[in-house]
Parts: sequence; C-alpha cells; structure tokens
Amino acid sequence: MAKKESTFLTMVTTLFVITLVAAGLLGSVFALTKEPIRLAELKKKNEAIRVVVPGFDNEPSQEVQKVYVDGDTLYFYLARKGDEILGTAVETFTNEGFSGEFKLMVGFSPDGSIIDIAVIKHAETPGLGDKMERDKSDFSVQFTGKHPESFNLAVKKDRGDVDAITASTVTSRAYCDAVQRAYNALVESQN
Amino acid sequence: MNQWKNFSKGFIKENAVFVLFLGLCPTLGVTTSAINGLGMGLATTFVLVMSNLVVSLVKNMIPDKVRIPAFIVIIATFVTVVELVMKGYVPVLFDALGLFIPLIVVNCVVLGRAEAFASKNTVWSSLVDGTGMGFGFTMALTVLGAVREILGSGAFFGMKMISGDAMLLFILPPGAFIALGYLIVLANMIKEKNT
Repeated sequence: MAKKESTFLTMVTTLFVITLVAAGLLGSVFALTKEPIRLAELKKKNEAIRVVVPGFDNEPSQEVQKVYVDGDTLYFYLARKGDEILGTAVETFTNEGFSGEFKLMVGFSPDGSIIDIAVIKHAETPGLGDKMERDKSDFSVQFTGKHPESFNLAVKKDRGDVDAITASTVTSRAYCDAVQRAYNALVESQN
Repeated sequence: MNQWKNFSKGFIKENAVFVLFLGLCPTLGVTTSAINGLGMGLATTFVLVMSNLVVSLVKNMIPDKVRIPAFIVIIATFVTVVELVMKGYVPVLFDALGLFIPLIVVNCVVLGRAEAFASKNTVWSSLVDGTGMGFGFTMALTVLGAVREILGSGAFFGMKMISGDAMLLFILPPGAFIALGYLIVLANMIKEKNT
C-alpha cells in the first residue's frame, strides 16, 4: 500500500480514527478492569486493617464512620472480637508528602496508643520515601505501642521523638502529620 | 536484514542509555535499586514491543506530517492499558511497579524506536528491534541500579551486605549522574574494543 499524502483531509481523518480507536480501547479496558480494581483495593484495605488491629472477628469495613477533616475524609473502622472492642483502624491522609498526598491506616487501641501502621497508597520516591512501607525498612516499627500523648509525633530534627528515614525527612514529617491527624480526629470523636 | 544483528545492537552498539543517551529521565530517576531498574526496564520493554508492532502495522496509513501525535497516542494507550490491567489483576506487581508505569509515556526510547525504526521497517524486524532495544534498556537500568544500590545502601537486590548507611550520595540524584558517567566510560571502552 502506498504512503498516504499529507493533505488536510487525510491528516484530520487519520488522527480522528486513531484517537477514536484509542478512546474506545481505553474505555472498554477501563470498564473491564473497574470491578477487579475495586476488589483489589478493598482487599488491600481489609488486609491493612487486619495488620493494624489484629484479631477481630467482625467486618470492620462494614462499620465505617466518616469524619471530615482538613478538606478530606478520615474513615474509622471499629474492630471487635465478640463484644470486646479491640481498637479502631483509622484511614488517614497527608498532603505534605514529597509527591503530594499519601494514605495510611493507623490502628489505635482503646486507650489511644498506636498498635501498628500500614501504608495504603503513596507516590513517594522509590528507594527513598517508600521506605516508610513496612517491608522496605523498620521506620514504621518505632511507632508500635507508643501513645501520641507521650511520644512526640515529629522527627528528631523538629525536636520530636521520631527517627526520620535517612534522606527522606519530608516523607517522615508527612507520615507524622498523617498519624497526628488520625489521633486528633480519634480523640475528638470520643469526646 | 540480519535479525541477530538487529536484536543484539540494543545491548552495546546502539544501547539506548549508554550510547544513544535516550530515555535518560526515567533512567536517572528510578534506578535507586537494582530491582527498580529491572521492573522499569521490563515494563518499558513490553510497551516498546507493542508500540513497535502497531506502528509498523499502520505506518502506511499515517500521513507523514501527523505521525508524531499518532505515535504518541498509540504509546500512551498501551501504557494506560498496562497500568489498568496490572492494577486489576496483578495488584502485587502493581504495588512494586505502579509508580513507574506512567513514566513510560515520556520515555523517548519508545517514541524514538517508533520514529526511527518501526515507521520504516517490516513488522517482524520491528518486533525484533523492540525486543532487543528493550532488553538492552533493561540491562542498562539494572546495572545502573545495582551500582547505585551497592554503593549507596550497601545492598544488592535488597540483600543487605553491610549494616547501616553506605555512601548515601549514590542513592540521591547527583549519584545517578556520577554512576551513569562512569558506566558510559565503561561501555565506550567495550565498544571500542569490539570495533
């Protein structure tokens, strides 16, 4: 087949056809993957709740409480075993990350101390800021069992108690910001 | 055309990173560890092969003056398809690579091969070219990532070899330029010996 001439008509129709095919393809792939993506994200969220408040036998993702703070929503998931309340998993966020927003799941025991923290979603620098993820470094371990009233949620550079990730002070600060926001909202919701 | 030569040129003779200096933005950005380089390289290889295939199939239907926007649309479509499918069906892989996937659109290796090779050659040659260039790019990124990881965090593919921090500079952006510079010297030495 001979090469098409570059006339106005051929150029417009070619681009139109290509973008139409691309849009159709993307639309159908999006529709096909929408449900699997939602399920994958839900599963990830449930796993995050299981990590930060282990041992529950109810469905915390069914017992959600929404709290509006700082222009976004925090989600509270109540974890129970029988009638005993094990704690609350708080899905929290920060906008101070090195690449903008990221989301954490923070588990609080009923007395307000931190059980554990998991990262749900982030866009931090691979190899630097992503060390806040549990399997990449021990950064998140230092929060375990600490109570935000006695454990100053700020990096040591800012006279806090948190050992920042080397070369990722911005990420570490944002992490503290998210945890603090979760704690503040939790205290407020209990009053 | 000799397909073996066509395939192997991507490794040393026309290596995208060390010789052509294409796609340096993702190269410098993501190679903080060997596994990051490998993941980015493989994802790019997939997009490169697919876009080379499609571009060589439709090359005669696209008027010359609008070929670049047409190629970019094709590439961006494949990148988004990869991203959505990965997110839905292999979330584990997406967690590891997700951050890099959108970066592939702006990788000029992909557009460069579409423009310089696939738009002028047969479908089969373009597939071989895409695979070879992709693997060459993957090799370059993995080597650079490994060098930076060993020097910068004292680890190799995540396995710690020394305790504590190493020369942190190599994980940071300046280290990427320094390490890449020396690797290019090395690649040039190998290339000169071979010719």
